[in-house]
Amino acid sequence: MDGLRELTYLEAVREAMSQEMRENEDVFILGEDIGVYGGAFGVTRGMIEEFGPERIRNTPISEAAISGTAVGAALTGMRPILELQFSDFITIAMDNMVNQAAKIRYMYGGKGKVPMVLRTPAGSGTGAAAQHSQSLEAWMAHVPGLKVVQPSTAYDAKGLLKAAIDDDNPVIFYEHKLCYKTKSDVPEEQYSIPLGKANIKREGRDVTIVATAIMVHKALEAAEELEKSGISVEIIDPRTLVPLDTETIIGSVKKTSRLVVVHEAVKRGGFGGEIASIIAESEAFDYLDAPIKRLGGKAVPIPYNPDLEKAAVPGVDDIVLAVKEVLNRS
Amino acid sequence: MNQLLNLPSGVEGKDLPALLKQMWLIRYFEEKVDEFFAKGMIHGTTHLAVGQEASAVGAIAVLEDRDKITSTHRGHGHCIAKGAEVNRMMAELFGRTTGYCKGKGGSMHIADVERGNLGANGIVGGGFSIAAGAALTSQLKKEGYVVLCFFGDGASNEGSFHEAVNLASIWKLPVVFICENNQYGMSGPAKEMMNVEDVAKRAEAYGIPGKIVDGNDVLDVMNGVGEAVERARNGEGPSIVEAKTYRWKGHSKSDAKKYRTREEEQEWRAKDPIARLRSILIEEGLLTEESADQMKNEAKKEIEDSVEFAKNSPMPTRDDLMEDIYA
Repeated sequence: MDGLRELTYLEAVREAMSQEMRENEDVFILGEDIGVYGGAFGVTRGMIEEFGPERIRNTPISEAAISGTAVGAALTGMRPILELQFSDFITIAMDNMVNQAAKIRYMYGGKGKVPMVLRTPAGSGTGAAAQHSQSLEAWMAHVPGLKVVQPSTAYDAKGLLKAAIDDDNPVIFYEHKLCYKTKSDVPEEQYSIPLGKANIKREGRDVTIVATAIMVHKALEAAEELEKSGISVEIIDPRTLVPLDTETIIGSVKKTSRLVVVHEAVKRGGFGGEIASIIAESEAFDYLDAPIKRLGGKAVPIPYNPDLEKAAVPGVDDIVLAVKEVLNRS
Repeated sequence: MNQLLNLPSGVEGKDLPALLKQMWLIRYFEEKVDEFFAKGMIHGTTHLAVGQEASAVGAIAVLEDRDKITSTHRGHGHCIAKGAEVNRMMAELFGRTTGYCKGKGGSMHIADVERGNLGANGIVGGGFSIAAGAALTSQLKKEGYVVLCFFGDGASNEGSFHEAVNLASIWKLPVVFICENNQYGMSGPAKEMMNVEDVAKRAEAYGIPGKIVDGNDVLDVMNGVGEAVERARNGEGPSIVEAKTYRWKGHSKSDAKKYRTREEEQEWRAKDPIARLRSILIEEGLLTEESADQMKNEAKKEIEDSVEFAKNSPMPTRDDLMEDIYA
């Protein structure tokens, strides 16, 4: 592909927004400290210089107001991108996302639309402790009317963000903090990755791993490790939880007959339960040679101490072990 | 006439008798809905604005067609004043496909986005930031419209009020926050739920104008809101206008009104906003007793017709259940 070069995930997110804003006057960003400061993680750095303070809109620390403002602007013809500094703060924006954005179209009988993207960094691994490290995507996936995106690579981040901005519905776009510095080859030109299309990150025969966000990277590492013992792992990154590409997941499980689901979010009530249930209800169930294994965060607030923080979420070793377990059960 | 009525500039040309007609439409709509709920002919819940017709009609009367509103759970009056068809409103309450929301929204979610009604809202204080966002669109796209955000005394105690009014004030958004202070948030008396007497006083905290109007006097409402709308349209930013009024009925259908007295209710019924406008218009020679009565009967007939329309409209089918979730 022409114009391919290596970008970080963070740069890819920024490029997707900049290119879209050059194309479409209706797109603007609002959020706390996104102006000269460049955002809590530096994603919007340099953008105010190009687009000015009208379209790179620094807001007061008012997550309830800025989320609702995005809803109101979207309902009246804009395509706002709302940056929340940490995905934990979605609790404060929750009413506007769950009771307004998600429901307006349906409540109004299919009239009116809310084309907005709520972008927000999620996940642990930065020592930010319990109120700045959560992965709450299952909450949002539970609400009809929202779409939920979780890119794991720079390439996906750019293509999925364009699709999210172009989508006529409210989209929650989770950026894992530990993914920000990861790099991949990213085309210069704009491209769109359709929401609801999983990516087979690695083909394999023996076990399917469905992994999201940072866990995709950990699963890939685990697969390398397992390959040394002759175990062939297939890795699926759903990329979007809503809509979910069930077909690709079911197809893979039918092929490998074993499934491990892994996400960083707390296992109890996590989205992994949904994926496991989909398999249990599908024709793939008959193909299973071992019980499905779910890996997720422990049911604990994310602690500050670096070792405890690591222990709270699945690691590469946990994934390796889980794969071996599902193989030994056959 | 203008001198006597003391109307703000730009409002002189308003068709005042038409406003009386709107008030009658609201009154009859609400009374009909009340009756049907009592008889169990419509289900769910509803919040009636009988007694509050002047704040809805007066505030919206000063708007231009292109202007927008956000409404509340007590929103039927706002819809009618913004030009909604009562047939489609009644059909919505009957859960029919011809309703504004195809029977999927009901009383609390009537909206007509194309005509600038951005929707009633079942969340108290849910409209503040949506109104700010719509006003931001107007500002960014230089569309020139103003957004009128209705809210109640109770909603002014929500955190969303503070955040949105602050945001609107720093960005000088073309939005007017119009408080219909009907004295009670459900059963909670405003005087027990906040430590200031007037919601308008809260405007000071945001460096914006706060004005109190007589919410049962449509002309005073027009006057106060007209000024605020003009200011917003001129790019001078938001205002809070507080219309002191009273809801004659309970909060919703299951309210025994134990938190207030009969005497208080009677006192406010004596300030009937419809009777007041009617007598002014007759005094001013804009209506006669006969033409006023005729207008009232026409309104009543329109509401009765809306019931027929609703009853004769089709119910949604179960195939419609999963439609309209995503655009």
